[in-house]
This record gives sequence, structure tokens and C-alpha cells, in this order.
Amino acid sequence: MTETLASAPAGTGTLAAPRWTAVCDYDDLQPERGVCALVGDRQVAIFRTYEGALYALSGHDPFSGANVLAWGIVGTRAGLPTVASPMYKQVFDLTTGRCLDDPAVSVPTFRVRRAGGRVEVAES
Amino acid sequence: MTSRLVVVGHGPAAHRLVEALRERDSAGRWRITVVGEEPRTAYDRVALTSYLTDGADLGYPPHDESVTVRTGERVTAIDRAAGVVRTDAGATLPYDALVLATGSVPFVPPVPGAENAFVYRTIDDLDALRAAVATSGDLTMSRRAAGVVVGGGLLGLEAARALQGLGLDTHVVEVAPWLMPRQLDEGGGAMLRRHIEALGMTVHTGVGLDRVEPGAVRLAGDVVIDAGVVVFSAGIRPRDDLARAAGLPVGERGGVVVDDACRTEDPRVFAIGECALVGGMVYGLVGPCFTMAEVVADRLLGGEARFTGADLSTQLKLMGVDVASFGDPSADALDVIYTDPVAGIYKRLVVSDDAQTLLGGVLVGDASSYPTLRAYVGAKLPGTPEQALFGGTEAAGGALPGATVICSCNNVTAGTIRAAIAEDGLTDVPAVKACTRAGTGCGSCVPLVKKILDAELTAAGVEVSKALCEHFDHSRAELFDIVRVRGITTFSQLIAEHGHGRGCDICKPVVASILASLGNGHILDGEQAGLQDTNDRFLANMQKNGTYSVVPRIPGGEITPEKLIVIGEVAREFGLYTKITGGQRIDLFGARVEQLPEIWKRLIDAGFESGHAYGKALRTVKSCVGSTWCRYGVQDSVALAIRLELRYRGLRAPHKIKSAVSGCARECAEAQSKDFGVIATERGWNLYVAGNGGMRPRHADLFAQDLDEDTLVRYIDRFLMFYIRTADRLQRTASWLENLEGGLDYLREVIVEDRLGICAELDAAMERHVAGYSDEWRAILEDPEKLRRFVSFVNAPGMPDPSIVFEPERDQIKPAMVEVTR
Ligand code: SRM
Ligand SMILES: Cc1cc2nc3c(=O)[nH]c(=O)nc-3n(C[C@H](O)[C@H](O)[C@H](O)COP(=O)(O)OP(=O)(O)OC[C@H]3O[C@@H](n4cnc5c(N)ncnc54)[C@H](O)[C@@H]3O)c2cc1C
Ligand code: SF4
Ligand code: FES
Repeated sequence: MTETLASAPAGTGTLAAPRWTAVCDYDDLQPERGVCALVGDRQVAIFRTYEGALYALSGHDPFSGANVLAWGIVGTRAGLPTVASPMYKQVFDLTTGRCLDDPAVSVPTFRVRRAGGRVEVAES
Repeated sequence: MTSRLVVVGHGPAAHRLVEALRERDSAGRWRITVVGEEPRTAYDRVALTSYLTDGADLGYPPHDESVTVRTGERVTAIDRAAGVVRTDAGATLPYDALVLATGSVPFVPPVPGAENAFVYRTIDDLDALRAAVATSGDLTMSRRAAGVVVGGGLLGLEAARALQGLGLDTHVVEVAPWLMPRQLDEGGGAMLRRHIEALGMTVHTGVGLDRVEPGAVRLAGDVVIDAGVVVFSAGIRPRDDLARAAGLPVGERGGVVVDDACRTEDPRVFAIGECALVGGMVYGLVGPCFTMAEVVADRLLGGEARFTGADLSTQLKLMGVDVASFGDPSADALDVIYTDPVAGIYKRLVVSDDAQTLLGGVLVGDASSYPTLRAYVGAKLPGTPEQALFGGTEAAGGALPGATVICSCNNVTAGTIRAAIAEDGLTDVPAVKACTRAGTGCGSCVPLVKKILDAELTAAGVEVSKALCEHFDHSRAELFDIVRVRGITTFSQLIAEHGHGRGCDICKPVVASILASLGNGHILDGEQAGLQDTNDRFLANMQKNGTYSVVPRIPGGEITPEKLIVIGEVAREFGLYTKITGGQRIDLFGARVEQLPEIWKRLIDAGFESGHAYGKALRTVKSCVGSTWCRYGVQDSVALAIRLELRYRGLRAPHKIKSAVSGCARECAEAQSKDFGVIATERGWNLYVAGNGGMRPRHADLFAQDLDEDTLVRYIDRFLMFYIRTADRLQRTASWLENLEGGLDYLREVIVEDRLGICAELDAAMERHVAGYSDEWRAILEDPEKLRRFVSFVNAPGMPDPSIVFEPERDQIKPAMVEVTR
């Protein structure tokens, strides 16, 4: 098994080795149906795409203030993998966390990997 | 050098002449003076009735300021030797060219008392008529006042319907043996009579008028109709008196004699419109009048245009009765006749002896093919006459020969329309109307104009995009058919074969809804789970703070005290905010994802089930208390509401569906603001469709009356299934119907008469839905795989989202919102 299928870059300049937290089995993730995990005190939305890639964003929807991004619809926009907030439907790029409907807004991304049969998220 | 043109009369023909001349006379050769006797400038006489019924403003656009229009002034004499006309205002107007456009007057039969009758020709006539109707009730105190229209032709019937609209019991008297004798044969006339009688009018045919008495009309053979208002509509007489007095030849039966340039014997004097006798004919339709105006405009500028005859096709403009005649229905050739006495349909085509060329025809009861058939007059039919009779020329829009006249009111050919579309890049019907004038007269050709436009646009590849989103080039209705016909059961298969990419929050819920409408198991089964919109994902409505609400079904708003107590207990136990909804049920707010299954378990154990408040599905069937308790109720509205709610519960649709049943006409359940609403009558149920409240309220339309319960349910079944198949994404029934070509009448044809032959399919689809229904929430509780998705955190299943906080308000909770920071 490969170690990482996909991982989004974390905040830049982190030198310390990331601390990986296992959150669930890879098979628990249904394609295109997000889950939310508690990593430290952060709520992280984790998505598995149809092709099998993993992405992790902050679960906090900046437009409504509710922690609901994990429940959004996963899809694509112009080829980019996306999630649409379930509250007011703004679309976020899964690879960068950028809001495609409002370039001034973005949500933090997390590194995520598949380790054996588990899914791990890097804190920080 | 400018020359002086004087036009007598300011009706449609005069108006068109001036417009055409002003448009083409760029050198300013003619200075125009128009003298019109009516107190207003020209207006659309064809639409006269709408002035009475809707108070429509009929005025044509004013001419440019170079044109002098003298209204309220009558020309009293023409002095050809001096080259002047004189008016009743004492003016003497010199002319270099004179155009008579004096139109015609209604023929008033010379019977005693005729001076007390009304005619139906001008706005002033209608004002007088309305004033008389307003006082006629006084004469016949106890009964409804009655009105008589003498003349059962096109105009007579139109006037009769208008009288009815003013509240009179209306009689139509026609001396010929059947109605509309000029256009219809005996069979068509008999069928038309049934339609007219069905509208509630009394028809007397084959009987002449004897005299008009105060408050009564006496027919030959001593038939007396007590009527305060009498309208004559027994034909028209060209107004040729000026010409006659000026020594110009007039026809034996009236009309100023003109040649094919519309010129009288005096080369300086022309006559156009209904006052002219051209080629031995006086034309009583606006189309030929316009053509004559165009001919004279051309001649005045040195052109060679000729009037070579005109299409006499006509349609009766009468709400609820389709009658049309086209070409020459009396041609001596082969007749193809179809009658359906049950549906009240009579169709007759006259074709050449080789059955190839259409010569004319008559349609009664169903004139939907009129625009196409009329366009084929004189041309080879694309199929057999039978096919033509049954709408076989439908697809013909694009294939019509260029010379075919599409709009006979304005003499516009298919070729002209196509050229305008191509050259001016027109993309919608209003633009085509503005550019070519097609469709701006009686309007009957508009469907055909639209067809030609669509065909041209499609051919040019400038089709208006129906694409749902970047992932599908299809509309929702098209996707529905693809899924249905190809038997597709997954989004992945659909998008792989018919789309691009992996979908989005627009197309996924659409496909989820289509799959659900077609019965593909639970909406959270397998891949379907990822397609569901916000509320469907957890079978609950998401609130602003990320909590959810719970709405159990309370069919018809009827609930036992025991069940009410359970709701109260559940709310108290889980600390939920409780509110009576606008849909006659109870909403419990503030539940967290992981609480939903526990709450539902309690509710389901007490006999509740999902209320689908979260779904684009049937919401509630509201009801009033009805005949069981209400002293006015005439039917058991509660029982019916419950039956309907249970029948359609869980039915997924393009948008939510709401309904209501009222027990009598007082309408306490507001059924007329629902997607389908039912109101009890003494004899059964009235069905209303396509209403809603919401952002753009729309009153529902009455679809059918006095139905028995089974017929009612069958119509609703079909209505819903037809809507589900053909509506756009998030289109409620109201806007769906507004956009449905053919509107309510078409909908009735589909649902009641099975015009598309799909009723059996629709019925079967609804039977499958009813048989396949099961409670979505119960299924969640019974399936551990689904159940374990109801958690806030995948790695801490029982843990509530710590960011969800409440604060108290009026003894209940409300979300404590953290300020939104981005
Ligand atoms: C709870 C309720 C208000 C209340 O406190 O009374 C309500 C609440 C909501 N309405 Fe409503 N509507 C409620 C009755 C109505 C009514 C009145 C009625 O049904 O008699 C109307 C107008 C009538 C109509 O629909 O024709 C109504 C017109 C709307 C609309 C506008 C629809 C439209 O076609 O313009 C929306 C928006 C939409 O559906 O897209 C909407 C949407 C919503 C949603 C579902 C918005 C959402 O997606 O979160 C609200 C959330 C409910 C929740 O969180 O549980 N609600 N809503 C009512 C629930 C009725 C029920 O028992 O199911
Ligand atoms: C209720 C109704 C419905 C109709 N429906 C249809 C239809 O569906 N389709 C269709 O094709 N046709 C229809 N028609 C017929 C159509 O309106 C006429 O063909 C058209 O109006 C004829 O135009 P015109 O200009 O020749 O005459 P008119 O419209 O009669 O205009 C002549 C004008 O000249 C004025 N005038 C006359 N003598 C003088 C004078 N000496 N001095 C000054 N002014 C004078 C008159 O007052 C009048 O205003 C309908 C007519 C009516 C009344
Ligand atoms: S609609 Fe009629 S039957 Fe129903 S409650 Fe009102 S008055 Fe009573
Ligand atoms: S045929 Fe009357 S508007 Fe075209």
C-alpha cells in the first residue's frame, strides 16, 4: 500500500515533523461523502473523491459560522475537485481551500494520508 | 416639391398606410393629413372585445409629428374638380392624392324598433353597450337580465360572449339554418352550436327577426325573448357614400370600385380596407386591409405593387371554443371529414382530386392544427390528409416552402421570417414580431412563427442552452427521460455516459431526485447518499447553527391527544424548540445529528413517520375541519386530505409539492394557493392546479369541476407524474404550467383526454410509487450501516459538536450564534 494518495500542503514554513492522527478506516469513507473528525480541538472535514484521492479542509464554514463543510456535496468545477457548503452553497477548491465563488475567502487545509487501512490527518 | 395626401378615416387600414408611407418616403414627397370621425386616433379594432373584458388599451402607436391627424372630424364631401374634401368642422382640405379608408358600418336590418338596438364596431359602441347593460337589470328586477345578439357569425358570437361576460343571459339569433354559415358547413355548424350552448347561451337558428320592442325581441313565428339589450351583428356595409356622392363607381352591394392598384376611376383617388371593392370582393378581415394599404403606399411612391387577392382564413376569438376556417372550404373537390361527437370535434379538409394539395378546411372543437394547416393551403401536404387532420404536419415548421404565407393578417411569408431571423440574428418571438410584423394581428400564427424560429435556431446551432450545469448539456426533463428510458440507476453511469466531470451541488440533487422519483430504493442507499442536498443528507432540515429540525407527518393536520403528548415529551426530553408550522404540523428545532435517530425512534414507536419537510417532495395536504364538524361543510375534507397525503407521501419531485382540501367554497384551507388544491362542492370536488404562496404567489387554476373522488385522484396522479417528468430543476408547478406550451388547455388534453397517449404510463408510475412507499426514517433505524453515518465526528461517534450552543428565549432555546469571522 502506498503511504499517501494525496495530501494537501499544510500551512507553509512548518519545520517540525507533522503529528499524524488516525481518524478512521479508509473504507469508512464513502466516495464523495465527507465526514468530520475532531483533531485536537479542530474540526476537520475529510473527503474521498470518486478516484480515491483524499482531501482535508477545516470543517468550519466561514460564511455561516457553523461547522458543516463536511456535509457538503463533493464534485468538480472546471476539473478541480470541490465541495459546496451545505448552508449557503459557496464552492471550495479541495486542493487549496480557496473559495471559488469568493476569491477573498479560503479555509485552512490539512495534510491527510492513507496509512495502511487507516486515514491520518496531520495536526497543525 | 411636396404633394398633399389626404386620408379619410383613421382605422387600421389608414394607420397602416401612413406608417408604410412614412417608413419608405425618405425624400418626404408626401405631406399627410388624416381625417378621422372617431374621437380618438386609430386603434386595434380586431381586439375590440378585450376593451370590454379587460379594459385593454387598443391604441396603435402615434404617427410621427409630420403627419396631421384630425380626430372627431368627418369628411362630408369630395370635390374632385377642385381637388378638395370638406369636413363637418367647416374645413376645406386640398389634396393631390386622396385615399378613402372609411371602413364599414354594421348592417342594421330595417325592422321596427331597430333604432333602439346596439352595434359592435367602435369603442364608443362598447361604452354605450356597457352603460345599457349596467341599467338593464332594473327592467327585469327578479331575473337575470338578458341580451340578444342578432347574427350568428364570427362577430356575432364574439359579441354574444362579451355580453355574457357582462352578466347577461345571452341569446344568439341566426337567420341561416346554422351558425357561422359563411365559414362552416352544416356538420361544423351543428357541432359549434353544441359548444356555444355548453357555454350557457341560447341559440336560435333558421329564424328571422320580426321587431325590437322595449324590453323584448320578437322573432318570426311569434317567439319572444325578454331582453333589455339587443346587439346587431348581421354583417357589414362598406361606407361608400362619399365616393357615391362624388360620382365614383360603387358596387351593386356596396364598396368603392378599385383596380388592383386600389385606384378608383379617378387616378387621384384610392380606396383601401373594408370600404373598397377590389377584384369584385369586399374584404372583412384586417389582413387584406393591411395589404391594400401597403399597395397604395407603394403606388404613391411610383411603385408597381398589386393587390392579388387574400387569404380568408379566420379563427373565432372566443374563450373556450375552437373554431377555424382556412383556404376555401367550399371548393368543389375531395372532402375528408372527421367527427367525434363525444369530444365535440369536427374537422374537415378539402383536398385536390389527387388528395395531394390542401385547398381549405374547417376545424371545430380543436383548432390546434390551424396555423400549420392554413400555411399549407395551396401547397402539397407533407403526408396523407388523415395525418394532416391529426396534427401530422406538426414537425413541418422548418420545411414549409418560403412562399407560404404564415401570417395572413400581415401577409408575411415563411421566407421573410427566415430571412429576418438569419439577417438580424433574431432569437425570440417578440423580436420576430417587431421585425416582420408577423403575429401582431389576430395572433393565431404565433405558434407557427415560434416553430419556424426554433427550427432556424436549431439549424444555426444557436440553440438556447438547456444545459443543467457544466456537467450535463441536458435539461432536467431530458435527463429524466434518459434515466427512465435507458434504465440507469446510478449517477456514475449517467455522468460517464451523458455528462462530464463528477457533478456538483446542482446536478447531483437533480439526479438524486430523478432516481428517487423512479423508485430506486432508499435515498441514502450506496452512491445515492452522496448526491443528496443538504436537508436530504440527514433527512432533516439544517438550521443556521448546523443543528437540524424534526417534522413528523401529521396527515391533514389531524392528531390525537396521545400523539400530541408524545411530541411534547420528546421535545422536553431532548430540549428542542417547538413551533406550530404554517403547514398544520409541529416542528422540533435544535437537534444535533447524533440525536436524530434517537428522536425518530421515539416518534416512530408512537406511530409517527417522516414528514419529508426536508425533501423536494410532497409536504403537507392541509385541510379544514370539513363537513364532519363545520356547519357549512359539504364534504369530508379531512378524510380526503388524509387520503391524498398518504397517497403521495414520499413522492420526490423537481420541487416541493403542497396541497390542501377545503370542505366548502369558503376555502379555509387555502387550497387555491397550492400546487394542487381541492375544494368540495355539492356534487363532488373541484380540482385546482399550479398555485403557490412563497416568493411569487400564484392563484391555482381551476382544472376540473364536480369530480368524484376516484376521478379526482386519477387526475392528480397524472398531474403530478407529468410534472415530475417534464419540469425543470427547482421549478414548482406554477412556473412549470406558465411555461408549458399550450398551458392549462394542453394540460387538460394530456391528463383528461390522453392526448399524448401516456396516461396509462403515468398511472402505472404512480401505482408503483404508492405500492413502493415505506417510511424513510424507519429504514434508517433498521439499517446499522446507514445509522452509523448520523454522527458529528467520525472519530468520536457519541460526541456532540461543542460549537453548538443555545441560549434561552421565551422559555425555550434558540441558537447562540458566534459572530461570523472570515
Ligand atoms: C417550518 C416552516 C415555517 C414555520 O415555522 O411555519 C417553514 C420553514 C422553511 N421553509 Fe417554508 N416553511 C413552512 C411553511 C411554508 C409555507 C406555508 C405553507 O406551506 O402553507 C410557504 C408558502 C407556501 C408555498 O410554499 O407555496 C413556504 C414557503 C417557502 C419557500 C418559498 C417557496 C416558493 O415556491 O417560493 C421556501 C424556499 C424553497 O423551498 O426553495 C421555503 C423553505 C423553507 C425551509 C425549508 C428553508 C430550508 O431549506 O431550510 C425552512 C426550514 C424549515 C426547518 O428548518 O425546519 N419555504 N414555507 C413551515 C413548515 C411547514 C411544514 O409543516 O412543512
Ligand atoms: C369586434 C370585431 C372583431 C374583429 N375581429 C377580427 C379578426 O379577428 N380578424 C380580422 O381579420 N378582422 C377582424 N375584424 C375586422 C377588422 O377590424 C376590420 O377588417 C378592420 O378594422 C378594417 O379596417 P378599415 O381601416 O378598413 O376600417 P375601419 O376599422 O372601419 O376604420 C374606418 C374608420 O374610418 C372612419 N370614417 C368613416 N367614414 C369617415 C368619414 N367620412 N370621415 C372621417 N372618418 C370616417 C370610421 O369612423 C373608422 O374609424 C373585427 C372587427 C370587429 C368590429
Ligand atoms: S372551508 Fe368550509 S367546511 Fe371547511 S372549515 Fe371553512 S367553512 Fe367549514
Ligand atoms: S395571422 Fe393574424 S397575426 Fe398572424
